[in-house]
Amino acid sequence: MESSLTPAAPALVHYRHMLRRRWLLVGALMAVILLSILADFMLGPAGLGWAELSHALFHPAQADPTTRVIVWDIRLPYALMAVAVGLALGLAGAEMQTILNNPLASPFTLGISSAAAFGASLAIVLGLSLPGVPQSWSIAANAFVFALVSALLLDAVARWGSMSTAGLVLFGIALVFSFNAAVSLVQFVASAEALQGLVFWTMGSLARSSWPKVGIMLLAFAILLPLSLRDTWKLTALRLGEDRAASFGIDVPRLRLTALVRISLLAALAVSFVGTIGFIGLIAPHIARRLFGEDHRFYLPGSALVGGTILSLASIASKNIVPGIIIPVGIVTSLVGVPFFLAVVLRRQMR
Amino acid sequence: MLQIQDLSVAYGRRPIIHQLSAGPLMPGRVVSLLGPNGSGKSTLLKAMAGLLKASHGQVMLDGQDLTRLTFERRAQHVVYLPQSLPAAVHLRVFESVMVAARASDLDPQAQAVDPQRILEVLGRLGIEHLAMHYLDQLSGGQKQLVGLAQALIRKPRLLLLDEPLSALDLNYQCHVMDLLTQETRDHGLTTLIVLHDLNIALQRSDEALLIRAGELAGHGRPDEVITAESLAQVYEVSARVETCSRGLAHILIDGLCAPAS
Repeated sequence: MESSLTPAAPALVHYRHMLRRRWLLVGALMAVILLSILADFMLGPAGLGWAELSHALFHPAQADPTTRVIVWDIRLPYALMAVAVGLALGLAGAEMQTILNNPLASPFTLGISSAAAFGASLAIVLGLSLPGVPQSWSIAANAFVFALVSALLLDAVARWGSMSTAGLVLFGIALVFSFNAAVSLVQFVASAEALQGLVFWTMGSLARSSWPKVGIMLLAFAILLPLSLRDTWKLTALRLGEDRAASFGIDVPRLRLTALVRISLLAALAVSFVGTIGFIGLIAPHIARRLFGEDHRFYLPGSALVGGTILSLASIASKNIVPGIIIPVGIVTSLVGVPFFLAVVLRRQMR
Repeated sequence: MLQIQDLSVAYGRRPIIHQLSAGPLMPGRVVSLLGPNGSGKSTLLKAMAGLLKASHGQVMLDGQDLTRLTFERRAQHVVYLPQSLPAAVHLRVFESVMVAARASDLDPQAQAVDPQRILEVLGRLGIEHLAMHYLDQLSGGQKQLVGLAQALIRKPRLLLLDEPLSALDLNYQCHVMDLLTQETRDHGLTTLIVLHDLNIALQRSDEALLIRAGELAGHGRPDEVITAESLAQVYEVSARVETCSRGLAHILIDGLCAPAS
């Protein structure tokens, strides 16, 4: 390599070290997620010992049927759903903060999740769905349509209103209130039976996880992450300012639009499977930015992994805070998320 | 060689630039773009870079009409630098220059930008030691140099700078102008730079373009363009151009023009 001959090498050595450290961090986060899934099995009500667990996992045919059902049909989809939804929300939040150039942006704080929740509640309670969409997909499809509309609305307001960070957040909060009121209205007219399901679901809960849902969530993430990664350089360039990015040959409106569609898909799927779980999409990008910087090659997958880690840990906490009761995980993430949100706001005020 | 022909640009229905023709501007020369606030300086630069769509006219660079190129193609020839970098960006200087090189996917050689080249550009600007610093730790002047590095790594033929000196102290103003001149000469760039300080324009640029209300009010050697008459006409100030020691021309502003009675 010619680079080793020149005196310029120290900076490059430093850079390569940094890249290696980032890859190690990616590996470490993956390991934490695996450990957290294991802990999910072993802690909490009906916690399993390691011997029992590994037997049921690796030799399911010979395992005790009850243990097998607990491990394969209840615990595993639950634990994996936490990770899958965390990955999706972490990625969506990171892209959203870049696209809207706003550190307080996330599907939850700016109303995209609420919009998706409203769309989904229309399907759950009133049975409304888009023409041509099969019954089993009507919840997700409704959620996506409303998520996308609210995302485009936010983008339009951010751009044409040339709104400040705080202004956009206030607009997003107005969206949250509006859609929450609309969901309440739907609840008001709902039957007692539908209401019970709906309330449980608006709190954000992993309790209805199933293998097909886990599969779809992971599949969506597996398809959308590479599409995000294809745009990493452009998204990083967007951090240098919109005009500068445009002058580097980036079609900024198109970049925004494709990102918003991805964000809406991820948020809508997450909402339609587990309800509105808040603050993951807000917190994960901040932690990822500290760990990886804003080179989106690392920042985007990093934020997804941090999101997966947080939700997985939150899911463990939700089973262990009150003995014998599983609290909806959305309540746990809000307990952590609200102070975090305030900290971000206050730190910006200080500057 | 750059030639602007009959260029018109409008925001919605409001015309900003009206059938402006200027040139030819030769490579290797620093051209200052002057004019009062709202005269259309930034609009002109953005239209030349393709950030705004011209409703009429051409921007010919070496016989090629830039306005007929796609967005991505045009960016291979032109770089437009806005006033400053945004405040809180957690990227290292080295990364931010690499991003500039790799941002568009047209250029196959950009896909594998040589890290050595990034350091070389940083070295030319004297900021190699900042390579691994975060952008949000730099001073305004240092950031401006990093911005310049982002432009130079793209090897433009036409470099458009929007008020690059406005937030800088005297030392960095000189530094940036020196480097701009050096790069323009060494690499045969055509450099068009919006300046507010008329003395810097007078002393440091090879040519000056003066625009008023979207129309060309003067083009030529800076001392021909920046005169008491043109300043009275375009800026409505009464001014004197004095020759100081060592023969340097200097502008003294006496105040607003007396209203015509």
